[in-house]
Amino acid sequence: MNNLDYGWLGKLNWDSLVFSGFLERPSVSEAVASVAGSIVILATVGILFLLTWFKVWGTLWRDWLTSTDHKRIGIMYIVFAIVMLVRGLLEGMVMRAQQAAAPEGFLYADHFAQLFSTHGTIMVFFVAVPFLVGLINFAMPLQIGARDVAFPVLNQISLAVTVSSGILLMVSLVVGQFSTGGWSAYPPYTGADFSPGVGPDYWIWAIVFSGAGTTLTGINFTVTVYKCRGPGMHLFRMPLFCWTVLCASILMIFAMPPLSVAALMLGLDRYLDFHFFTNDLGGNMMNYANLFWLFGHPEVYLLVLPAYGIFSEVFSTYSAKTLYGYKSLVIATMCIAILSFTVWLHHFFTMGQSPTINIAFGIATMLIAVPTGVKVYDWMATMYRGRIRFTTPMVYAIGFLILFVIGGLSGVILANPTVDFQVHNTLFLVAHFHNVLIPGVLFGILAGYNYWFPKAFGFRLNDKWGKRSAYLWFAGFMVTFFPLYGAGLLGMPRRSFSYADLTFKPYMIVAFIGAMIVLAALISLVIQFIVSIRDRKKTQVPVGDPWDGRSLEWNSPAPVPAYNFVEIPKVTDRDAFTEAKEHGEAYKRPKVYRDIELPKNNPLGFILCVVSGILMFALVWYIWWLALISALTILVAVIAATFRKETEYIIPASQLEKDTEAWLALVEKSEAVSRDLEDSPRNVGLAKLEI
Amino acid sequence: MNPVSSPKSPGSINPHEAIHRDPEMVIFGFWVFMMSDLIFFGVVFAIYITMVGATAGGPGPKELFDFGSLFAQTMLLLTSSLTAGIATVIVKHERSRAAFLFWVVITLLLGMGFLALELYDFAGMAEKGGVPQRSGYLSAFFGLVPLHGLHVTFGCLWMIVLIVQVFTMGLGDVVKLRFLRLALFWHFLDLIWIGIFSVVYFGGWVYG
Repeated sequence: MNNLDYGWLGKLNWDSLVFSGFLERPSVSEAVASVAGSIVILATVGILFLLTWFKVWGTLWRDWLTSTDHKRIGIMYIVFAIVMLVRGLLEGMVMRAQQAAAPEGFLYADHFAQLFSTHGTIMVFFVAVPFLVGLINFAMPLQIGARDVAFPVLNQISLAVTVSSGILLMVSLVVGQFSTGGWSAYPPYTGADFSPGVGPDYWIWAIVFSGAGTTLTGINFTVTVYKCRGPGMHLFRMPLFCWTVLCASILMIFAMPPLSVAALMLGLDRYLDFHFFTNDLGGNMMNYANLFWLFGHPEVYLLVLPAYGIFSEVFSTYSAKTLYGYKSLVIATMCIAILSFTVWLHHFFTMGQSPTINIAFGIATMLIAVPTGVKVYDWMATMYRGRIRFTTPMVYAIGFLILFVIGGLSGVILANPTVDFQVHNTLFLVAHFHNVLIPGVLFGILAGYNYWFPKAFGFRLNDKWGKRSAYLWFAGFMVTFFPLYGAGLLGMPRRSFSYADLTFKPYMIVAFIGAMIVLAALISLVIQFIVSIRDRKKTQVPVGDPWDGRSLEWNSPAPVPAYNFVEIPKVTDRDAFTEAKEHGEAYKRPKVYRDIELPKNNPLGFILCVVSGILMFALVWYIWWLALISALTILVAVIAATFRKETEYIIPASQLEKDTEAWLALVEKSEAVSRDLEDSPRNVGLAKLEI
Repeated sequence: MNPVSSPKSPGSINPHEAIHRDPEMVIFGFWVFMMSDLIFFGVVFAIYITMVGATAGGPGPKELFDFGSLFAQTMLLLTSSLTAGIATVIVKHERSRAAFLFWVVITLLLGMGFLALELYDFAGMAEKGGVPQRSGYLSAFFGLVPLHGLHVTFGCLWMIVLIVQVFTMGLGDVVKLRFLRLALFWHFLDLIWIGIFSVVYFGGWVYG
């Protein structure tokens, strides 16, 4: 087999480095690539230097890298997702600049193709998924009154493989080239015949490993929701966010395997010359399309359902009302989860199946609009006659409500096969899915970030800059993507690095201006973060309930201690914390202080992160000896971890008593503030009860 | 079953809260994992079924399969499920460690026998030109059947680790719980094999 003929370094040589391209044939396109590569290298060196300079390696290792605490793992997920968001967003900017500058342009076709492939891959797998998983990790166990997730070490492992896959994508900026086959990597184009380079291999391994992490996360969250709920927390008393988490987790369990199978089969085709999806010897690429979208469509709902959950919490909290139509929202969530599996074929209406099949899938696709509509009305009814406060998360939620409906309607249009035949593979489609994913998922993520930030770090984010950022997101999103509907209807194909028909040009220029506004939104987000850290003394909320929260996560100090609750609260109704506050059950001293048992730190996650990263790199570059060593190391590390005897540590009752008494004393002397003063320094996290 | 108590934990810990050691939860988690694995297999089965005819002029099922060897493989695997079951009963009734180890070792040997025969079969197929590179059909075959074999290999490795742990950690609750999960996994592989036998081999015999 000629795959084995490579030397010690496999396919790797000096020409693999991104800079060699620029040195050999200097051009703007190569310069852009080299600058991106340099940023990765400089940022890595810079971070390592700063960590050493401030001597934080010890803290980082003890408190974060080896931590099994679900809240810290959640925060690490979010930090990772934000880093990837910056990259994905900048790639979007470069693409919009290229299309605005077309037909002259400044990028090579191949470079543009890499950009849209990484942009899609990153935004879906390394921004949306990890950000949501991070928020879920942080909030869900608190909301159901659990000490932790069901399997803390597994949680760590999921994070590890997700991060190492993300690092692999960063490495692809410096060494070699990424796939040019789009985020869906359709063979036979991504097969060995048409893409002999390492690009698709980068895609395959990043997807396989991060996909495994997501499946394990789904298992972990499902078991957590089913088995770790506190006393009295019946399923129908759970906050809606937990319901959406449960449904999304079930989607992770059932929808990720088809993706793993598709990616691994593509790998077998490429590495071992199999014929699953090749053009010759009986291969069948339609199998790939079916497998990929059997995953790909549920994935959309896997992303948007938890975001719906976040919006539900936000609407209810900032309207100071219980969620309207709770049961219908739960049922709608479950309907969406099930229907999401029945619509995958609408991604290839035009690929030759019979009209009967197209009609069946078209109708199934349109049906999803029904439960989604139910949700939209429920959210509006939640606000009706509520005492609405116009905070940053609420701004995001309302923006979502309006913009998402537009995106949803364009989806209903696309669900009609006859319409789809006209606009498929045009920018209309690009406009549609950005129109659902940005308001639906990104705004949800940002609302959740603003909403739970004080719980995680003990101080509020700056509301003024938060709102500025939100409005810039709205404007930027609309200016960028609404013109694409027009260009798509005029017939401009997606993924084109250039075009001859100058009719499209004005649309592209407007879209580029929109992209600049989106960049301003991102910058405002960074400013918000910096300003908030600067002002943190004035915005502290140590008591832990800055928004007059309704669910259990607000019933603890901020930041939340490792053990979540000193005594797991007993739940008697929905909106458990509001109920407790009403009946004077909140902030009560536990009758007895009991020792709490928590999982110990574990280095396994960190080891797997490093070694799986090396394994993926070795596989991409055909460095077989290194791949073998790292695979064996993973096996040994996992087996060795099962020999650990002391896996738990005890927090003694005396410690708990000291912490809790200090907190209760703080509650005692704090001033309860009304909702009008929510954003003033007087809000230390004790809400005055106003019903 | 009660939550496992370690020597360090005083009785004052609320049992409701020691969630990481709740056997019911751990077993339930493993069932959920197997559901996911079942989807994995289900999808690979589906691909196999769609590619049954895609032999591209290469050898098909009738030329390739050795039914004598397959019968022996089936018997080995089904018997190993039985012996794993016996070991489970021994764990449940807390019989001797030696008896437990005996049945686990028998299960391990049967599993390894199955793997040896399967590899022998693959070699035989390769001699007749039945390699995965030959056709889409054979790719699908070698995507499915060795996937099961890989699971069996993993199960064997798991058994070896467990045997070592019985000696180093004792047959305590942690190891017992791990064995219960292994037994579930092993029965699950049996079930998958029945699927493979019916769809791949018997189906190939009837229609190939």
